[in-house]
Amino acid sequence: MQTSEMTQTTADASEDLPLLRVSSATKYYGDRIGCKDVNFELYPGEVLAIVGESGSGKTTLLNCLSTRLAPTSGVIEYRNRQGAMRNLYQMSEAERRMLMRTDWGFVHQHASDGLRMSVSAGANVGERLMAVGARHYGDIRSTAIDWLDRVEIAEDRIDDDPRAFSGGMRQRLQIARNLVTNPRLVFMDEPTGGLDVSVQARLLDLIRGLVSDLGLSVIIVTHDLAVARLLSDRTLVMRRGHVIETGLTDQVLDDPQEAYTQLLVSSILQP
Amino acid sequence: MTEQTYDNFADHYNFAYLDEQTKRMIRRAILKAIAVPGYQVPFASREMPMPYGWGTGGVQVTAAIIGANDVLKMIDQGSDDTTNAVALRGFFVKTTGVEATTKTSEATIIQTRHRIPEEPLKANQTLVYQVPIPEPLRKLEPRETETRKMHALEEYGLMHVKLYEDIAKYGEIATTYAYPVLVNDRYVMDPSPIPKFDNPKMHEMEALQLFGAGREKRIYAVPPHTKVESLDFEDYPFEIQKFEEPCALCGAENVYLDEVILDDKGARMFVCSDSDFCEDRRENGHVGHMAANPITESENRGADA
Ligand SMILES: Nc1ncnc2c1ncn2[C@@H]1O[C@H](COP(=O)(O)OP(=O)(O)OP(=O)(O)O)[C@@H](O)[C@H]1O
Ligand SMILES: [Mg+2]
Ligand SMILES: [Zn+2]
Repeated sequence: MQTSEMTQTTADASEDLPLLRVSSATKYYGDRIGCKDVNFELYPGEVLAIVGESGSGKTTLLNCLSTRLAPTSGVIEYRNRQGAMRNLYQMSEAERRMLMRTDWGFVHQHASDGLRMSVSAGANVGERLMAVGARHYGDIRSTAIDWLDRVEIAEDRIDDDPRAFSGGMRQRLQIARNLVTNPRLVFMDEPTGGLDVSVQARLLDLIRGLVSDLGLSVIIVTHDLAVARLLSDRTLVMRRGHVIETGLTDQVLDDPQEAYTQLLVSSILQP
Repeated sequence: MTEQTYDNFADHYNFAYLDEQTKRMIRRAILKAIAVPGYQVPFASREMPMPYGWGTGGVQVTAAIIGANDVLKMIDQGSDDTTNAVALRGFFVKTTGVEATTKTSEATIIQTRHRIPEEPLKANQTLVYQVPIPEPLRKLEPRETETRKMHALEEYGLMHVKLYEDIAKYGEIATTYAYPVLVNDRYVMDPSPIPKFDNPKMHEMEALQLFGAGREKRIYAVPPHTKVESLDFEDYPFEIQKFEEPCALCGAENVYLDEVILDDKGARMFVCSDSDFCEDRRENGHVGHMAANPITESENRGADA
């Protein structure tokens, strides 16, 4: 009782402060622009979609934000649980890696990049717990069962390895594996890409439910504007590495200002 | 440690085969390994006149530390008499002229493959392990760059993933050899393929423990009186192998036993894997239930049944 009240107070206190601040983030691959001069802030509980055509720089930006790819220039800051704003690229590698496996999640388009394919579903979910010191098998297992249930994977699949899972199940397992440490910020790169439409719809529903239940902050990359529409509060439109338009998702999609966004919206959303 | 050349048997060998510069290089690696218990120190492993599988890592470590006054014991799976043990002992006797022994208590250096002697080791002794694969994370993470980072940042969650998988699959931690340990509360280490029965002996051992991997070019160490903990879960605590019966020859309990098949009818007995320990006990009058004549006795018992 007391604990939850205290967490509540802390959350309230930092509610109006950004969780992530991106200032002039730029990444060049040689002379080629990956992304250039990107600026935005992400607030706690906010879902931000990054949209744009293939090659527009969405993945590059996401990787820069999540410390998987050092930007050529620019500053990316993250507010830690103590409330301090930290420059991600000035943190030690140990701190960054700790952040990545506790406070953050990363859901890859290809589940095999985000899962250990040769260990059981239970161990995939339990790994982060063990990485932060969980040493009670029974507890780890029951937490894993709990999370499998939340992503709609039957308990009796806990000892199967993900090679025996369908594409949709693998994505759901990947999500459970990430959420088990109660991260505050989750990065997703085309999490529904390559799945059947019906499987996509179910996964999107699940993600939407989890995001609102857990109050997650999410940055999701997608070229599918329907995904942005369904999940995100705000949308950032990229073209040739630049952010060309940004705003509330409904506004951007219903009333695009830039010609390029108008083109995107008309070609994809209209039948 | 000595600079002299032993030229009685073969004067074209330097003392202990390796040249002095190579020995100094290996000693520097050993000193570093002792300074950072459990940390794998890379070294420029040399070609030795024997195949890698024969324990060239252990041989190089022994060659680097052995002096004219040392007394050497060489064991292979607990025995002094296997081809491997006899050949390596012969190699050092020939290239150094040191005294060899099979008695654990008399040795100053014990080079071993897959066992720790039953008799507790003392401060004046050094145990040299032959190591095939030094990296405890290797089976779970094939990338060397990544395992190095995991050690540096103490990211050992993956070790427990392996133990978790054991319990999920077999209902218990099924790892019985090369059971991973945490050294000095810092580095996770592969103790080489000793049975997990021997793991507790590493903890706070009085003797210096040195590990050499020849093919993988790594040396690591556990200095005397160092904490060595076998990894486990709170609800699945580490346990050593238990044997139902004592040694059939010497009656010893709480020692590691090998199963010996006596005939093709399935007669078998369990005897000390540490052959010197067993002989010593028998010399001191200890008698196991099959000590007199194992073959006849088992046939008799078979006939009675
Ligand atoms: N490793 C790399 N080396 C060189 N150029 C790269 C590299 N990765 C991406 N690029 C280039 O950077 C630009 C942005 O690529 P990025 O992968 O970020 O786009 P994207 O929006 O994620 O595309 P997609 O929708 O196809 O995934 C492209 O021109 C791409 O060719
Ligand atoms: Mg991409
Ligand atoms: Zn015995």
